[in-house]
Amino acid sequence: MWVKITPVRRFFILRWAKGAFITSFLMTQASKPPHPPYLRAMIDPPGGDPFPYRHLLGIEGLQPEQIQHLLDVAESYAVSQRQRQAQGALLKGLTQINLFFESSTRTLMSFEIAGKRLGMDTVSFSVGASSITKGETLLDTAQTLNAMRPDVLVVRHAQSGAVSLLSQKVNCAVINAGDGRHEHPTQALLDALTIRRRKGRLHDLTIAICGDVAHSRVARSNIHLLNAMGARVRVVAPPTLLPRACDRLGVEVHTHMNEGLKNCDVVMMLRLQKERMQGAFVPSEREFFRFYGLTPEKLAVASPDVLVMHPGPMNRGVEIATSVADDLQHSAIEEQVEMGVAVRMGCMDVLTRHMRQEEGKA
Amino acid sequence: MQTAYLNARLIDPASGLDVQGGLLVDDGLIQSLGAEITTAPDGYETIDCKGHVLAPGLIDLCSFRADSAAAAAGGITTVVLMPDQSPPHDDAAMIATNARPYPKKGEGVRILPIGAATQGLRGEAMAEIGLMADAGAVGFSNGRRALGDSAIMRRLLEYSALFDRMILHHAEDPGLAANGMMNEGETATRLGLQGIPVEAEVMMIERDARLVDISGGRLHHLQISTAESLEAIQRNRAQGRRMSCGTSPQYFLLNELAVTDYRTFAKMSPPLRSENDRAAMVAGLKAGLIDVICSGHDPHDQESKRLPFAEAAFGMVGYQTLLPLSLMLYHAYDLPLIHVLAMLSYHPAKLLGLPGGRLAPGAPADLVLFDLDKPWRIDPGDFLSDTQNTPFEGQPVEGKVLRTIVGGHDVFVEGTP
Repeated sequence: MWVKITPVRRFFILRWAKGAFITSFLMTQASKPPHPPYLRAMIDPPGGDPFPYRHLLGIEGLQPEQIQHLLDVAESYAVSQRQRQAQGALLKGLTQINLFFESSTRTLMSFEIAGKRLGMDTVSFSVGASSITKGETLLDTAQTLNAMRPDVLVVRHAQSGAVSLLSQKVNCAVINAGDGRHEHPTQALLDALTIRRRKGRLHDLTIAICGDVAHSRVARSNIHLLNAMGARVRVVAPPTLLPRACDRLGVEVHTHMNEGLKNCDVVMMLRLQKERMQGAFVPSEREFFRFYGLTPEKLAVASPDVLVMHPGPMNRGVEIATSVADDLQHSAIEEQVEMGVAVRMGCMDVLTRHMRQEEGKA
Repeated sequence: MQTAYLNARLIDPASGLDVQGGLLVDDGLIQSLGAEITTAPDGYETIDCKGHVLAPGLIDLCSFRADSAAAAAGGITTVVLMPDQSPPHDDAAMIATNARPYPKKGEGVRILPIGAATQGLRGEAMAEIGLMADAGAVGFSNGRRALGDSAIMRRLLEYSALFDRMILHHAEDPGLAANGMMNEGETATRLGLQGIPVEAEVMMIERDARLVDISGGRLHHLQISTAESLEAIQRNRAQGRRMSCGTSPQYFLLNELAVTDYRTFAKMSPPLRSENDRAAMVAGLKAGLIDVICSGHDPHDQESKRLPFAEAAFGMVGYQTLLPLSLMLYHAYDLPLIHVLAMLSYHPAKLLGLPGGRLAPGAPADLVLFDLDKPWRIDPGDFLSDTQNTPFEGQPVEGKVLRTIVGGHDVFVEGTP
């Protein structure tokens, strides 16, 4: 199918090609021809609104150009963050509540810092301190918080679908910071931004997602996002940790690391929860590491400039070997954390544009 | 009290009768019926049925709450109550208190309790089957909790046969289904919900078939939901093993996509299956592999449904939608009307050894009069049960109950409060 090249599109295509060229040049120290751009993400949004949603509950269903828009906005924050630029106080006067029903350190911190850098008034609370333990239902909590008129509500919950249920009862923008094993959209976006910065693109890359796919919201969000952005996605896991009908999500399914990692450009490791090690899904940590832990030997079959990622916190010696995790040449794990803040700033910026009566376009 | 129902389309699934005629009721029993009855004898109250269908009242073989008014409004004249109550119905006194086999005028529909098969429904020790049978238990079941222990199931089948009572079983392997919330498959994977595989049901049916072989007991599977279960049933029948089974309208009308967006009203056990399974259920009903259609009526209030999917309760209300949804088999899927009615009244009566479920002189006058073709939309606001949790809100259906009669007394008349 041909897309008509208008002057505006030509500008974007050229800018894209240039960016891809420079990035790939810097990263690999070798000159490669520029990769053709991913046209599917360059469609102008119908109606001119690049992100016509009130909430960010998941990646599934988002269009490539919408994902592209979120990544572009986030990227601008990533740049200004690095240059130690004053962020201004774009969202000054708005209130952000972080509502975490499941314990988390890095995601909560990341959202807090992102909110503060945007000038928001940020309040966080975790389950231990809340009245959920006093028997209040999720919807009552939602209504109580709604009455305090927040502008952004960031929610994490242990049950799939809980965040979307809560979002039906509030007037503010809701960001899903992880619900059960359903979705974790900001994690997928920050992973994508990291890949895009390191590889120059997302499309036509082979990306392997390895480990506990069955219980992972990170895997689901990443699968949806990477598929939408034209990547070739593989999942690699022991059969006990693969969800049924996994191939219907549009991924290649592998149960052996050497097949799954062959020639892939990016390896995303997933965190394995220790409670799943107790015999029911895999026999032991050491056995899991032997067959599914990422070691330099297993990584050897991947592409030479492979990028290694992990959403953290890592279990060193369970799903990833220390030598791989700390290998600066390949590991993007630290950059992922950095991009986390930028992506969360970008998401909160985009979702509050309607209430700030800003122009939608970046 | 004597009543004459005239100008009715009489349908009796037991004898295959389908004629325009009249039916006389005397002292709670059917006195006579037939095409030749066109006028009421002296002293009889006359009811003009205006050509609508008069059939045996429905016998609901599986319900978890006895909402009498809602049952009557759904054309149900006999409710078979599962033992999953709090506390569980696991002793004779509780059975006797909750049984209402002969309701007086104004008391509503008949309630026949099922006794708990094991003490406290814990699946460990056998409950007092004999004493409960004497107190009025029409069968025994472990309710929503399937019996995973094959030895206990075997002994239950052997022992309940002594009292000529059937075991009604929830066909689901408890180990495979543990923590499951919906059908295992693509939808569950996308939603990130723990699945219940189809195999959990099939395995239980196959296991039970072998246990029936060695025990000689009678076994009924309450609600089956998968294509493979039907294959297993067909295979077992071909080998001469006779077990009966039932299903509910949601399993032949809805599929797992009803759960999308975490709709907890569509959370039920067994779970809604794939479209393939749903279509196979229709075919299975057509082929006569399924004996009974029951409601599985299980009301839950907002507090137990307006929750994250995993925390929400299983189950839906079904009394007032049982008949119209089952009639979709006739209207939309070309099943003979008499076959549909047999699965709702005659078959369950035969399985439990009840005198009702037929139009015959001497049978109890438990009747339902309904307008076969009347179109309407299911509106949970009309439900008379305490709660309205149904996945069928807004569903267009055909067929509306006009009058429900238990033992010769009206328990529901359309248009009257």
